[in-house]
Amino acid sequence: MFELPLANLLTEPVGVAHYVTVGAIMFVCGVLCMATKRNALGILMGIELVLNGANLNFIAFGSPYLRSDANSLGLDGQLIALFVIVLAAAEAAVALAIALNFYNNYGTIDVDRADQLQG
Amino acid sequence: MAGLINDFLNWLLSWVGGSVAHESLAGYVLAGLVHVALILVLVATSALIFIWLERKISGRIQDRLGPTRVGGKFGWLQTLADGLKLLTKEDLLPGGADGMLFKIAPYISFCASIGAFIAIPFAGGHYPWIAQHLNVGVFFVLAVLGLEVFGVILAGYASASKWSLFGAMREAAQVVSYEVPLGMCVVVPVLIAGSMDLVVIGDRQAGLFTNWLVFHDPFTFITFWVYFTCATASVNRAPFDLAEAESELVAGFHTEYSGLRWSFFFMAEYGSMFSVSILAAILFLGGWHGPIPITGSLGLTAENGPFLGYLGQLLGLGNVLLKGTIGVCVMIWIRWTLPRLRIDQVMATCLKYCTPIAAVMFLGATYWHYRFPEKVFFGLADAPAAVYDVNEGWAGDEPAAAFDESQLVLNPTTKETL
Amino acid sequence: MDSIYWPSFFFFFFGILACVFAVGVLVSRNIVRMAFYLVLSLAATSGLFFLAGAEFVGAMQLMIYVGGTMVLLVFGVMLTSQERFVDMKTWAGDWVKAFLAGGALLFVLIYAAFSVPAWRGIERAEAEALPVAQTATPLGMGLVGARVDKLDPAVEAPRDGMSGYLLPFEIVSVHLLVVLVGAAYLARAKRKITARIE
Repeated sequence: MFELPLANLLTEPVGVAHYVTVGAIMFVCGVLCMATKRNALGILMGIELVLNGANLNFIAFGSPYLRSDANSLGLDGQLIALFVIVLAAAEAAVALAIALNFYNNYGTIDVDRADQLQG
Repeated sequence: MAGLINDFLNWLLSWVGGSVAHESLAGYVLAGLVHVALILVLVATSALIFIWLERKISGRIQDRLGPTRVGGKFGWLQTLADGLKLLTKEDLLPGGADGMLFKIAPYISFCASIGAFIAIPFAGGHYPWIAQHLNVGVFFVLAVLGLEVFGVILAGYASASKWSLFGAMREAAQVVSYEVPLGMCVVVPVLIAGSMDLVVIGDRQAGLFTNWLVFHDPFTFITFWVYFTCATASVNRAPFDLAEAESELVAGFHTEYSGLRWSFFFMAEYGSMFSVSILAAILFLGGWHGPIPITGSLGLTAENGPFLGYLGQLLGLGNVLLKGTIGVCVMIWIRWTLPRLRIDQVMATCLKYCTPIAAVMFLGATYWHYRFPEKVFFGLADAPAAVYDVNEGWAGDEPAAAFDESQLVLNPTTKETL
Repeated sequence: MDSIYWPSFFFFFFGILACVFAVGVLVSRNIVRMAFYLVLSLAATSGLFFLAGAEFVGAMQLMIYVGGTMVLLVFGVMLTSQERFVDMKTWAGDWVKAFLAGGALLFVLIYAAFSVPAWRGIERAEAEALPVAQTATPLGMGLVGARVDKLDPAVEAPRDGMSGYLLPFEIVSVHLLVVLVGAAYLARAKRKITARIE
């Protein structure tokens, strides 16, 4: 097994691995939200969590405080995270418009009721 | 500051034979607490004074006196008496309300309103009086001010009352819409100063009042008025205060709040008013620099010793607070002069007037700054020597290390370099 | 014992907040509470961005994500949950399958994260010697096409990929405009059809 650096967590600087762990937890929570929620807006919240987990990864790989090798992502990490934030906002707007349409047509926001195309 | 506190603690403990490391925990915690206490004291006292000021000014505008009994002829302890009354009121929770969200909503508004003061400098120079010196100070302040709307939405939803919900939705729509022209107006001084750092923007305006950015070019002059309008709308003051419109919605989103919870909303509102006024003062009106530069000639600079430097910074702090208070007084004056706008008029003002004007002013200011980069005061005088250059950092510091090409690894596996 | 390294302390503070509220989003059944927990999780993530030296992205996360997207989401929640505190339960079987898959994914990700030695962190002395990064201006310059953080070296090979992000910036601007128009059209007021009775 690999060694978990637990002994000196508070006295040594954290590294990329710790950020990736937090990102992974948020990502998995988002995926589980998308899989288990019946409310369409709950699924949308899962999507936001997934994108945030990915953003954390990008920022971590581009941070000079977490990695010391000269070929880290540098500013590319932050720029990509910027674009992800903007695109996530755009996608949330469209998803909300779709959810509103669904609510107006079906009277409920429960996605399990959307089974008209079910074989 | 943490080091100073630790040294002081060391000195204290040396009397009883103990000692504390230079980087110990106690220093950091105490330094943080001191900063927090200073900001809280500032905001709370200013809210107290502004509430009294509003009642006096509104009284005079309406041809009456305002509070005159508590605390002498001018009634300046009236707010304290009101605060005591609010503390003793019954703490209600409406029947169908969501308990946790109802209770936490005022604190969110309050925290967002105070959080903006973290990145606002009260005196500048090489060691500015700022709680956290952020590279992106302006952006941070705008972002945190936009979070206040959450407390409002949660309050409106959790009150389980349709008046609250309507008020909250209106206010949320208004604040979020006005963030757009607010942001565009704020970008104009940022582009003239070349940095989002509030200390740099403030120090750009050192010297005579002709250096103030509001007088930089006609576009920035108009931008200041548009900023003030959008800031008034963003903090929900009249004539844009239909979220709390007593004549229409009982009391809007804070209908069901009473006592101390309501006073948190109130303090959040006055705190936001103060922070947007101070932001206007730093961005456009010279910040901690007065109209005539007397700190240099009086010898109150840091070169003459720490105590005189401290007095110079204190003068700067006084300037900032004075300009912020003038901004708040103008907002109070406008509230009691102009009638309230309807929600469709508010949205039309934002989308059909403020946003296009801000966009055109942005273009104009960009062109003016491109054409006359070294001129101030409508192009009639020369700009002062920059304290902070975007490429070279602070004047007097060593230049940053140049890029070292031997550090560039071409292939991480084979580790080949240039 | 060494003194506490404060950036690590604050990393754990914000990190634990972000994770706890993300789990709160997952297990909560009230949609408004889910939105609230998501707001707090995103705000804690913004704190993590500030700690990693990405101040501009952190402020942008607060302004766009928390201030904009979440307000939108809460509006959507209020417009679609006319029945107060409606509770849509997921079947227990779904939860079991989800936790199995999610747990496996989480284990794989954390194992991968900690298996690269270079990702464990840098030395404390080295970290304390790093200067405070000024990232706002290089970011802005990168967005208009000039990568001032990676100035052209003499060799041709690393020059690929050093052009700025001007083209993506323009594409994203047009994309936002298209999304604005599309979403406004999709969500326009229409004649409301009453619910189907199954």
